[in-house]
Amino acid sequence: MNSRDPIQTDLLIIGAGPAGLFAVFEAGLLKMRCHLIDYLPQPGGQLTEIYPKKPIYDIPGLPSVLAGDLVHNLMEQIAPFEPGFTLGERAETIEKQEDGRFMITTDKGTQHLAPAIAIAGGLGVFEPRKPPISNIAEFEDNGVYYIVKDPADFANKKVVIAGGGDSALDWAIYLAEHGSEITMVHRRTEFRGAPDSVEKVEHLATTGQIKLITNAQVIGLTGNGKLETVTISANDDQEVIVPTDVFLPLFGLSPKLGPIAGWGLELDKNAIVVNTLDYSTNVAGIYAIGDINTYPGKLKLILCGFHEATLMVQSAFQLAFPGKKLSFKYTTVTGIEGIHPAS
Amino acid sequence: MKDIIQITLYDRQGEVHHLEAPTDMSLNLMELCKACDLPVKGTCGGMALCSTCHLYIESDHELPEASHEEEDMMDQAFFVKENSRLGCQIKITERLDGLVVRLAPEDEEF
Repeated sequence: MNSRDPIQTDLLIIGAGPAGLFAVFEAGLLKMRCHLIDYLPQPGGQLTEIYPKKPIYDIPGLPSVLAGDLVHNLMEQIAPFEPGFTLGERAETIEKQEDGRFMITTDKGTQHLAPAIAIAGGLGVFEPRKPPISNIAEFEDNGVYYIVKDPADFANKKVVIAGGGDSALDWAIYLAEHGSEITMVHRRTEFRGAPDSVEKVEHLATTGQIKLITNAQVIGLTGNGKLETVTISANDDQEVIVPTDVFLPLFGLSPKLGPIAGWGLELDKNAIVVNTLDYSTNVAGIYAIGDINTYPGKLKLILCGFHEATLMVQSAFQLAFPGKKLSFKYTTVTGIEGIHPAS
Repeated sequence: MKDIIQITLYDRQGEVHHLEAPTDMSLNLMELCKACDLPVKGTCGGMALCSTCHLYIESDHELPEASHEEEDMMDQAFFVKENSRLGCQIKITERLDGLVVRLAPEDEEF
């Protein structure tokens, strides 16, 4: 297959959290092939990204299950149906084709073709949290970076890191040890990251390899097209201007609805309005399941997402296999018969 | 025992809201705000995993100390002050009668 050919599937699922993963199982029972897109680099959505070690108590039949284990089990459950994954990419645009299918293109240009789309986007796309500095957008990719793609870019440069969590600590250590001149700015005096990392940063601060400014935050940026200085305000309201090449605000991720907001779907308070008959949206062929949808009586529960996924695929089946009759079967009767992606 | 307590809330425009909160429904401040149709998103559902219910405590009520989870989240939030708390971590109890709070600015406005 030419790498530029679109990925073709029966049901394209946007969001690889629990609802999206379980949709693969239910679709698989109906012999529908599935492909999932997720902006995170691994499946599981917020369960894997935010609270893998938290126990969940309301999954029927499982008195207690760690979020990470639930995802692991779901992956095992859907393995026979060999779903495809496009991970680390954000579904950006949607276009209806002449043959009735939808073409979904990601931010990296990967194209996907499917007759039915299920949006299982949860809270939305997890994007880096941007500090409220009015002109920060001016310097994005010109000195301001929210994620470190290639640390070699910062070697022998002056780098200001803001944030007190693990990623701020880890990058401060790594970059300090690889020749960057690091200033670390943190809102408090103590750090809450892994004890090892905290100790190491404190050690590097005493040896002068990291300049530590605590009880402080970055409040301003200056430069001419390219970042030149950051203004740091300490809690006693003293302002210091620090010349720098790079500013890395590392404040974790926060979910946003993202590009889906512009797809012409009916929204209510950042959620997609659906018909509870089959969880269809106002656009024929596009469904929404799990935390991202809304309807009277909606509860944002994983178990409700599972139910929604199950009913949704019955309707999506008609789009994948027009004219075919659907006969409902229990897994206790038929077992699980895997499907293989069409060659 | 008081079943209903009074809470004064200033929204992001500085407008005052007088809220009546039942103490017997195990509500937290975030849930109370949502129930009163105030602009509090509560995205994470109360797990201290977002900061959309960030608010300032403006009366001198003694509140339970912030948990590690709440402190961790505060490290990633913006506009944090000495009196910052996450609404979802503050249970509505009789002791909060007369509490005064102010909603913190939203990250997303920027």
